[in-house]
Order: sequence, then C-alpha cells, then structure tokens
Amino acid sequence: MAIDARPPPMQLVAKLRRVLGGRSGWKGLIAQVLFVAALFWIGYEIFDNARDNLANQRIASGFGFMSHTAGFGVSQTLIPYQESDSYTRVFLVGLVNTLLVSVVGIFFATVIGFAVALARLSPNWLISRIGGGYVEIVRNLPLLFQILFWYLAVLGALPSPRQSVSVMDSFFLSNRGIVVPRLVGEAGLDGFLVALLIAVAVAIGLPLFARRRLFATGKPMRVWPWVVGLLIGLPLIAFLIFGKPFSLEVPVLRGFNFAGGARLAPEFAALTLALSTYTAAFIAEVVRAGILSVHKGQMEAGASLGLSRGQTLRLIVIPQALRVILPPLTNQYLNLTKNSSLAVAIGYPDLFSVFAGTTLSQTGQAIEVIAITMGVYLLISLVTSALMSLYAWRINRSMGA
Amino acid sequence: MKRVSLVAALAAAAVFSVSPAGAQTLKTVKDRGMLSCGVSQGLPGFSAPDDKGNWTGLDVDVCRAIAAAVFDDASKVKFVPLSAKDRFTALQSGEIDVLSRNTTWTLSRDTSLGVNFAGISYFDGQGFMAKKALKVNSALELNGASICVQTGTTNEQNVADYFKGNNMKYEVIAFANADEAVKAYESGRCDVFTSDVSQLYAQRLKLATPADHIVLPEVISKEPLGPLVRHGDDQWFDIVKWTLFAMINAEELGVTQKNVDEMAKSDKPELKRVFGTDGNLGEQLGLTKDWVSRIVKATGNYGESFERNVGTGSKLEIARGLNKLWNKGGIMYAPPIR
Ligand SMILES: N[C@@H](CCC(=O)N[C@@H](CS)C(=O)NCC(=O)O)C(=O)O
Repeated sequence: MAIDARPPPMQLVAKLRRVLGGRSGWKGLIAQVLFVAALFWIGYEIFDNARDNLANQRIASGFGFMSHTAGFGVSQTLIPYQESDSYTRVFLVGLVNTLLVSVVGIFFATVIGFAVALARLSPNWLISRIGGGYVEIVRNLPLLFQILFWYLAVLGALPSPRQSVSVMDSFFLSNRGIVVPRLVGEAGLDGFLVALLIAVAVAIGLPLFARRRLFATGKPMRVWPWVVGLLIGLPLIAFLIFGKPFSLEVPVLRGFNFAGGARLAPEFAALTLALSTYTAAFIAEVVRAGILSVHKGQMEAGASLGLSRGQTLRLIVIPQALRVILPPLTNQYLNLTKNSSLAVAIGYPDLFSVFAGTTLSQTGQAIEVIAITMGVYLLISLVTSALMSLYAWRINRSMGA
Repeated sequence: MKRVSLVAALAAAAVFSVSPAGAQTLKTVKDRGMLSCGVSQGLPGFSAPDDKGNWTGLDVDVCRAIAAAVFDDASKVKFVPLSAKDRFTALQSGEIDVLSRNTTWTLSRDTSLGVNFAGISYFDGQGFMAKKALKVNSALELNGASICVQTGTTNEQNVADYFKGNNMKYEVIAFANADEAVKAYESGRCDVFTSDVSQLYAQRLKLATPADHIVLPEVISKEPLGPLVRHGDDQWFDIVKWTLFAMINAEELGVTQKNVDEMAKSDKPELKRVFGTDGNLGEQLGLTKDWVSRIVKATGNYGESFERNVGTGSKLEIARGLNKLWNKGGIMYAPPIR
C-alpha cells in the first residue's frame, strides 16, 4: 500500500475533466453538455409533434393496445395461446417462434456449412466439385424463391392427410407436415429423468476429464464409447427399476387432420430448410477461407505427426481457423435471424408476421409496433454478437493470442 | 421492404408536418395532376391489371370516377397495389389519397386508424371455399380443418369467432399475400380458403380448375366494403363520398353511360340539379357543375359498373343480391343529390 498516494478527490476531478472534456478541459465539457441537452430537446420536440399530429388525425397512439384482446388464431405456438389473449401474448408467441427458427436454423446452417466447406477442400475431385456446385447454386438463387420452393413445390406436393405416407401406422408424412407419436409421462418418468440428467452431466464432464488427463499424462482416452454407454445404459436401468417412463400417444386420422401425436408443421420445416441450406452456402465459404488462411505447413506438420486428415483438421487447423471464421460467421447468424422474417410469405407465425403484420393492421399503430419490432431484432442481434465475441475471446485466450 | 418504408413515411409525416397531414387533398391532387388510389394486388372484378397494365374493376371504377369528377379524365389515376396489411399505413402516410380496396367498414378501423369510410360500394359477407372432392356441404362440418387466410383482414378475426362460437377446432395459416394463400390452399395445405364471398369467386378464377371448388353456403359475417380517406379533410371526404353516391343515384335515375348527354338536357327539376343546369351543387363540393356527367361518362352508373366488372357481363357472374337498389329488392341506397 502506497502511503503517499495523491489525495483522491484531486485525481478524480482531473480524471473527470479529461474524460468528459477531452483536450479542451471544462470548456469542452460545457459544450458537450449543451450538445446533449440540444439533442434531448430535439428528440422531445419530435416525439411531442408526432404525438400531436397523430392525435390531430385521430390515429391512436401509445402502448395501451398491448393489453387489448387479439382475437385472432395462431397455429404453431410453443407457449400456450388462445384467441382471447392479449397482443402482448401475441408478441411473445411471435418472438418465441422467431427465436425457434433462428436457433434451429443456425444449428443446421453451421453443420451443413462446415460439411460443405470440408467437402470443397477435399482432395477427392468428385466430392470437392459437389461442394463447389452446392455453394454456387444455393448462393445465387434468391432466398424467398427457395423458401417458396421448399414450401409449395416440395412439401406442398406431399399427399393429403387421408392419403398420407405412413410408417407402422404411427408416423405420418403428408402436406400437413410430419406427425409422430407423442410421449406422455407415466409413473416412471421422474426416475427416468434423473437418470438421464446424471448421464448427460457425466457425458459433459467426461471429455473435460479426458483432456486434463491428456495434458497431465499424455495418454489420450477414447471418450465416446463411455458417453454412448452411459446415455443409453443409465436411463435403461432406471426404466427397469421404476417402470415405464412414457406411453406413446399415437396420432389417428380424424376428419380433416390428425388428432393426437406431435407435429412438425410444413411452414416451420420449409422455413428452417430454406434458411439453413441457404445460409450454409455462405458459411461454407467463410469456413473455407478460414481454413485456407491457416498455413499449409500446419497440415503437413499434422501429417508428419501421424495424425489422419480428419484429426489434423479437427485438432490443429480448425481451432486456428476459428479466429478468422468467427467474425464473418457471426454476420451469417445475424443474417439468418433477420431473413427469418420472410416467414410471412409462407404463413409461419413469426414475430414479423403476427406482430408487425396482423397486430399492426388490426390496431393501426404502425409507429409503435414497428419501433418495438425493430428494437427486438436489434436486441437479438446484439445478444448474438455478444455471445460470439465471448466465444472468440475464449478461443483467443486459450490460444495465447 | 415496402412495409418498413411505409411506416418510415408515416413517422416522417407525423414528425415533420405542422398542420394535419393532407388537409388540402383536393389541391394536392390537382397540383400533382394525378389521383393516387390504393387498390388490391390483383383481385379480378374489383381491382386487377390486365396484361397491358390497365386496371379494371368495381373498386377501380370508384377511383376513375373521382378522377373524372376532378380532372374530367378518368385515366389520371395512379394505382398503388397494396396488401391487406399495408393498406392503412399507406393511407395514413399520405402515399395514397383514397383507398378503394375491398375494405370492410368496422368501428375500430373508422376510429383508431384515423380514417373515414365514404360509404358502401358492395355489401359482402365472409364465406369458405373448399375442394369438391372433400365432400363438405356446410361450414359446420369443418371441425378440425386447416384454413388459409390473408393476414390483416377482418377474415382472420371472423374465422376465430366463428369456430370458437360453434365449438369447433381449427388451424389457421395466415399469409401476407393473397396469391400465396391461394396457392397453399390449392396445393392442399389447407382444407378451405376463407375470405369475403365476392373475393372467393374472384380467387377461384385464378385456380387451375375453378370447377373443382365450391363456395360453402354459410355467410359468417357482414362485410360492407367501401372507399376510405384520411381523417382531417372534410372536403375531400365529401368528394369521395358523393362520387360514389352519384354513381348509385345515376342508376336510380336511369342515367347511363349511353344516355347521359341526352338526360343532361332534361327539363325535370331533379335531373337539372344533378346535371348542374340548375344550381351549383357540384361547386359546393369543390368540383364543377357537370361533375355527375363526367362521372357517368367515365364509368357508367353503379349498376353498369357492377355488371361489367363482377356481374353477368364478367367472368365472376355474381348475382346483384343485396347490392340491388333499395327499390329493386336490395339494400343499395344513396342519399339524394339536392
Ligand atoms: N374485406 C376484408 C378482406 C379484404 C381482403 O384483403 N381480402 C383479400 C382476400 S383474398 C384480398 O382481397 N386480397 C387481394 C390482395 O391482397 O391483393 C377486410 O377489409 O379486411
């Protein structure tokens, strides 16, 4: 502890002066305060004038409408919803649906994107051509066209429910989507879930342990047989002890549609398919560029260590490439999320459709609704970027860069 | 995106204008030399462009009649195609001067949207269209059905009310554009397509084999369709309102596109008022004395426009029904020109 530190108030004031006023000191600070005040004043005038004008034209304004009854139906909701719920509920339903396609879309886009990139870089002529062809075709067709293609040409061409393709009379494929038996909880459910939870926890912990051991003793350890064994074995034991965890509710055709069972709707399927295959083409290029940015010597070094091509890629090249890949990859994730608003074209009830669409036209409160919607997309984007930055930071740290 | 730009225009109009926007619509329209009229994105019989880009239809005739009344030239209209959910924002933001797009008059639209409905040009109601092969004969047999509908319509809410009221389950798939909703219906994604009955007939024409589809008998709502304008300009409101009334009154008085010049010379006091040979009713509206002649010459009277666009003279072949004049067994009625 330094005894002769300068008195803190002085330092604080000086610091403040420097931070707030820049080089011109207090004068600068005053200028800045005035500037901010002016901004606020302009902002207030704009807001006030807009409100007056809307009131003059007798267009409703304000956010009171959010608690009014929506009165329209939404199919495909993850959270419970009915017509008598409020617009706030509609907003949440739309938001959850947007997040759902985005997350699932991002997952598949990443998997397909990496696979295509590796295919393109493959020494095998045919495989690399297929990868290249995929990128060129998918990237150059408009996304809306692809969504409509999947929806109308592919899924729309499936037979009607009454003629649906069925497997074992419990899985049905029709133009209403895929209907599968649903799991309904039974007496053994709790024990089963606990066993599953333990298995998952161990399955996550085991690779970390293996890594430690590898660094400590230099002995690699095969993890996956253990993981698979645990994930299957523990729940199986629980089943034997506690009895049946679920029963199956098999869907049956009743009238127009299937009753019972769980359903994957064609709107969701078409949108996710189109978004993930489309974005995957861009991700493939990002990943390929990233991998190519890693010096060729690294590949050769891996080979000379006796690692297979796959191992070299996984253990040596991709971790280094990730540093280059992550920023543009984040961009692609953001694009996918924003593009999910094309859902309106095929009737998937995302935020843009149920809120910036139906809610807006029913309430007529365009300015409020669009402001909220833009705010939410901005927030989603910021959170995605933040998560990706965090990941990039961890990678950089672990690589000592 | 169209939607976002419309909202931006609305926000800008709200923020920067000092007087209520468009308080002088007639002057704005005259200065521009064009009437800007919001219509559908293509609904045969009501508002649809032909292959040369000429718009025709009952709703289009209302726009043409206004242009005729103002400019004596029915071609001075710029048609702005709008989806159901974008139409009100386009009117609020001033992008269009009048919306004539099979729009239902409801209380909440009349009040909170800042618009005024200028009368009723077509009395309609909502119905369902289904494939004949499905063998349903009544909407009450639709329990569990999937239903295609267009977003931002009264239809979306009515269908919810109807199924709830009758204790039936349903799945609604709402599309931004009518074309996609109809395509999804045609591909079998939905069992039925719902909208105003007149629009069911219109959309049916777009299907590959219209004869394979029937319109179910139930009419589940009242859909009075008509043109609308922004709040805050009473003169313009009057002009649009009385242009429509003039078309209806012309039919009642037996004035047609063919005999209008003849009738204009009539000595009957009522016709003299209508044609402006006596008094200055047209000028009171801010138009000219011969405003009714201009309108009827351009589009014909209401009955002529109806038959030509949606009635027996058209592919839709819709019966006049409720839309017959009040003295001919219908409820179409206009206040007198006097
Ligand atoms: N009258 C109803 C429905 C109007 C409406 O938009 N109907 C659709 C039914 S198909 C339509 O005309 N679409 C044509 C288009 O969007 O171009 C309302 O005002 O909400």
